[in-house]
Amino acid sequence: MTTTAFTQPLTKKGRVRPGNGVRQTGTMAWRSLVSVKHNPLELIDYSITPIMFVFLFTYVFGGQMAGSPREYLQYALPGIIVQNTLFMSMYTAMSLNSDLTKGVFDRLRSLPIARSAPLFGRITADLAKQVWAMVLMIGLGAALGFRITAGAGVTGFLGAVLLLVVFAAAVSWSAVLIGMLAGDPEKVQVFAFTLIFPITFTSSAFARVETMPGWLQSWVDVNPVTHLSDAFRGLLVGGEVASPVLWSLVWAAAIAAVFIPLAMRAYRSRV
Amino acid sequence: MTYAIQAEDLTKSFKGTQALAGIDLAARTGSVLGLLGPNGAGKTTAVRIFATLVRPDGGRATVAGHDVVREAGRVRSRIGLTGQYAAVDENLTGTENLLLIGRLLGIPRGGARARAAELLERFQLSDAGGRAVKTYSGGMRRRLDLAASLVGRPEILFLDEPTTGLDPHSRGEVWEMLRGLVAEGVTALLTTQYLDEADKLADEIVVIDKGRVIADGTPDELKSAAGGQVLQVRPLHGEDLGAVAALVAEAAGPQTQIEGELITAPVMDPALMPAVVRSLDHEGIEVGELALRRSSLDEVFLALTGHRARPESAAGEDAGVGVGAEGADALAGAERVP
Repeated sequence: MTTTAFTQPLTKKGRVRPGNGVRQTGTMAWRSLVSVKHNPLELIDYSITPIMFVFLFTYVFGGQMAGSPREYLQYALPGIIVQNTLFMSMYTAMSLNSDLTKGVFDRLRSLPIARSAPLFGRITADLAKQVWAMVLMIGLGAALGFRITAGAGVTGFLGAVLLLVVFAAAVSWSAVLIGMLAGDPEKVQVFAFTLIFPITFTSSAFARVETMPGWLQSWVDVNPVTHLSDAFRGLLVGGEVASPVLWSLVWAAAIAAVFIPLAMRAYRSRV
Repeated sequence: MTYAIQAEDLTKSFKGTQALAGIDLAARTGSVLGLLGPNGAGKTTAVRIFATLVRPDGGRATVAGHDVVREAGRVRSRIGLTGQYAAVDENLTGTENLLLIGRLLGIPRGGARARAAELLERFQLSDAGGRAVKTYSGGMRRRLDLAASLVGRPEILFLDEPTTGLDPHSRGEVWEMLRGLVAEGVTALLTTQYLDEADKLADEIVVIDKGRVIADGTPDELKSAAGGQVLQVRPLHGEDLGAVAALVAEAAGPQTQIEGELITAPVMDPALMPAVVRSLDHEGIEVGELALRRSSLDEVFLALTGHRARPESAAGEDAGVGVGAEGADALAGAERVP
């Protein structure tokens, strides 16, 4: 057995070659996505919350909020997409935490692979799932009467997908930090819900800012969820685009700047 | 003689608790080293240092001749690790789990598939290869975990309590597989709190307790070190138990113990056996069993550490681990018999 040992070439210093690191990241992303193939229920798991939100908001609140379900859907769908993006980012935290507590990371770390591959692989796969959920929600919205009415058309839609990926990538670093710090996956969930619910509701995602009390407006106006919802609205339905997109990107950069160093430090100390 | 695994004065503390207080050990290439100790003795910490998962605070460890801190990458390309928990992805199938490791190691797709199939076959998982791991039994998961640690054909294998929580049948299977690997030239470091496991599998045993090595040697050496042989007598009639115990205790001394229907005593003097036989004959007591055997590792462990290897609740499955409170009472009563 020893004579046929399989060894992957390392650099002279005994480190993983960068090209191999990229390939290993791809393999780890494959691992996160392939389970969906056998377990189609997992996809429904990812998509059931957004589907429920689309239905509930449209038919329960729609009439009162905007005169008709269809008109409200036109306003709220971009906000629902943002809320779902934040909730889904917490799956990254939960799955990393589960790998950590179940010993999968120990196995991976004992292999001669790039240390960052499990982390980047997971983030990449989860971003793919984010795009899937967004497409699913817009598709479902279209079936219920949502129309992409912005002048840019398909370009606007692609721009929205791109913006979602950038923002979700930034937020996923906060998820990495939470996943590394939490004792178990259930704690991640509790933490995520208590934080994400108030943040998403105190924004322009579901209701117009001008109907809110003044003291709340001062927070709502800076809330990244407001900027991102407005940006999606601008890109999909029409309205201002440049300012909300810019502010969304500023927020993404700020979130990344704060959480990448913290998350990497936590990752290094635990993994 | 070459050593695949070596440690010198290895220390490690976690938040003020000293997990390893300076241990030395060495595993000859191609042998099985058993690292034996109770829960919290530092076994897992030692394995995690060797497997490059944790850096030691002090001391030095080499695996396949490479320093575990400075040459972690090279160590990783030579080892396989099977931890205490089956570290496999429950949502993937058995085949995919092995494919994942193979692909991470840079084996081309076709080769990785072939290797996965070969390992599934070897670990009797071929039929389950296409099923998600969450449908596997505990024993199947452990076998898959072991298979996953072998994908890269490691020369050195670390097995951290590989049979904890398994039923006796599955334990036996893991043992067989490990024997097969060693026959192919793999060096293994096995941690266990099961003394019989160390006894059956290890060429050499290092006993650690509270982060220190308290004994090492071959299983036979350890057994002889702790009192050599043991006399055991089983009376044919249960009612003679007290009388026989008293009689053996008179000849062998106060270390005589009653375990169920069996009386045991360490043999310090070769004349003990004939003396006991004469007394039994004189008293006219019939015995069903009278034998000399080597001390068990349980007895060695008790002698070395002053406590049992496993908590009482878990020790029940092994008949005759030390003497229970009832036996001690019976013995105390018997000794008062004139």
